[in-house]
Amino acid sequence: MSTQIEVPDQFQEAVENPPPAEQVDHPVTIIRPAHGWQAVNFREIWRFRELMYFLAWRDLKTRYKQTVLGGLWALLQPLATMAVFTIFLGKMAAARGPDGEALYPPYWLFVFTGMLPWTFFANTLSLSSQSVVTGTNLITKIYFPRLIIPVAAAGVPFVDLAVSLGILSLLMLISGVLPGWSLLFLPFLVLGLSIASLGLGILLSALTVAYRDFRSVIPFMIQLWLFATPAVYIQDEKGMIGERWLPLLQWLLPLNPAYGLIKNFRQAALGGDLDLYSLFISIAVSLVLVVVGCFYFRRVERTFADII
Amino acid sequence: MKPVITVDNIAKLYQIGAKQKAYRTLRETIMEVAATPWRRLRQLSRWGALESEIANGEALDYAIWALKDVSFEVQPGAVLGIIGANGSGKSTLLKVLSRITQPTSGRIEIRGRVSSLLEVGTGFHPELTGRENIFLNGAILGMSRREIKSKFDEIVDFAEIGKFLDTPVKWYSSGMYVRLAFAVAAHLEPEILILDEVLAVGDAAFQKKCLGKMGRVAKEGLTVLFVSHNMSAIGGLCERVVLLEAGKVVFDGPTRAGIERYMGAVSAGKGRDLENALHSGPCRYARIKSIALLNEAGLPCDTFCMGDSLTVELEVLITQRLALPEVGIALQNSMGLNLQLFVSTWEGLKGPLEVGPHRFRVQIPKISVYPGTYALAPWVLRQGSAVDHQVDQAIVFTVIEADLTGHRPYFKYYTQTNCEVYWPSTWSHTVGAATAESINS
Repeated sequence: MSTQIEVPDQFQEAVENPPPAEQVDHPVTIIRPAHGWQAVNFREIWRFRELMYFLAWRDLKTRYKQTVLGGLWALLQPLATMAVFTIFLGKMAAARGPDGEALYPPYWLFVFTGMLPWTFFANTLSLSSQSVVTGTNLITKIYFPRLIIPVAAAGVPFVDLAVSLGILSLLMLISGVLPGWSLLFLPFLVLGLSIASLGLGILLSALTVAYRDFRSVIPFMIQLWLFATPAVYIQDEKGMIGERWLPLLQWLLPLNPAYGLIKNFRQAALGGDLDLYSLFISIAVSLVLVVVGCFYFRRVERTFADII
Repeated sequence: MKPVITVDNIAKLYQIGAKQKAYRTLRETIMEVAATPWRRLRQLSRWGALESEIANGEALDYAIWALKDVSFEVQPGAVLGIIGANGSGKSTLLKVLSRITQPTSGRIEIRGRVSSLLEVGTGFHPELTGRENIFLNGAILGMSRREIKSKFDEIVDFAEIGKFLDTPVKWYSSGMYVRLAFAVAAHLEPEILILDEVLAVGDAAFQKKCLGKMGRVAKEGLTVLFVSHNMSAIGGLCERVVLLEAGKVVFDGPTRAGIERYMGAVSAGKGRDLENALHSGPCRYARIKSIALLNEAGLPCDTFCMGDSLTVELEVLITQRLALPEVGIALQNSMGLNLQLFVSTWEGLKGPLEVGPHRFRVQIPKISVYPGTYALAPWVLRQGSAVDHQVDQAIVFTVIEADLTGHRPYFKYYTQTNCEVYWPSTWSHTVGAATAESINS
């Protein structure tokens, strides 16, 4: 049964010829050649945050597909490194105090705690610096803020770090080493490490697109870097160089962001004293790196699709 | 109404490498490799000067304008076709519109969300399963996780991959891969869709389905920019066409005129001299000199109605006496697919051919191909041997709709379904369900 509605005369015309639909006012995108330095467009990155998650998820999922051990590999790597270093360097690197008692916790625990942040730093650096070149097929076919790619590459090392921290707590329980209140610093140190490695990774990923030399240089660089960082040995600065050079060294070494952050990570986890001086310098260097990296990336990102 | 896309004087400059020398000796190769860093540094230092040099009109070996002075407007709800020869700048234009590459100068205004499909299966990872790739591809194309989840079942149904949903994509057949990729793309809901020849993949049945879905979506106010070489697809979907030639817009207007202008570059009026045409075959016995198309009145023509009679005049030069020759003409569609063959020996013309020029006149009484663009490809061979001379797409003509059956059939609405040839059929009807007796009677 239909209801007949009486339409007043003045609207008859409108009922028979409805006016064209109102055009919805969509956000306007303007495409124009950009010149010079550009700031990071945070709003756009926020809009594409889910894509960042999916890229990290993709890396994680594909990592252990078709392997038998699967997720166990994430545990094996730090444990194996720890075993190797302890067996081969344990005798040389252990330091003893004036009375001969061990100044530091057992060497194997020491190495493990140092390798954790180092592995995170090294993996994030190498994965994010290669991520842009590896993602060629995405860059040439679809639009999204390119900065997402190196940042998403930190996903897998981050998960590995989380897993390893779990093992660390287990190992600390076994060896009876208790952390204390300095443990609260750990999240900030992890954040600091992320900023340092991502800053470098972003810078290097942009450089690698234009200058493929970096592809071969970076793994080599990371290997050397390990030895400039007190991850697996105790840096006895005084004994190493002598009194004269000590002030210079104390200023120079923390410029390696990994130095301050990893040293303090280890101290925080195992309950030692924090070296705030090197920590602040390393954090400052990390912030400078991430800012420089982002600006450089944004400047060259517009040529990626053309030269990749 | 404000245009949904405004392209204003876009230009794109590409740097290209200098020609590679052929290395004859190891010494040359080593010298070249050693000199590379210096050359690169010089190239890099030239970067800024490049654009001003080009602006001064100097011809340079190491840069080309892929796009120059490109301007046009797209109204909301329009379907715009972008056509042109290979290398004319179509894909570059799409890349600039999709923000993948930056224009060298100019300005574009876009009102609405753009989704570009420059390739099917962007971001597909071979190790991940179909299910995982749906999420990944959907996210890459710009859908949110919630959106993908809500459309997941529709996507799976459209793709027809059934129980293979949870196997890694690297083990899919190429057809399944394409179906899955297209299924995700088909469920985007953008305001502006940019397509770059992606419909050229997949089998005929699937292409039919995709075009159908696109056609439906286009009616709902979606703006589409469509690049293709398939003139029948362009003719069937687009009302307006932009023709690019060497990076410049040479035509912007109704589809039919645009296609004719484009194809006009391939064939011109009277007859076509095939001296310099691309051909295949060793040409030991014969060479096809020219081909011409005539209508019923005997006048050269390039547009025919369905049902018209077509006359082809072929001029062949025989260089060695052929005792058993075969001359034929293939009717090809715009994609180069052979639809029909007209062969001299099948129709009774069997005599030997002496050395010298010969003219052949082929009369095709009733063209019953669907409206679209077609081409003829003549060939000559010795019976029992391979082709001696063949010219593909030798002459191009258009067929337009006509009332072939007397019942006002609407062929042109079905050209999107990839039908090519009309066969007559007889229909009858009775009321009631089919029973065993009625089927077997």
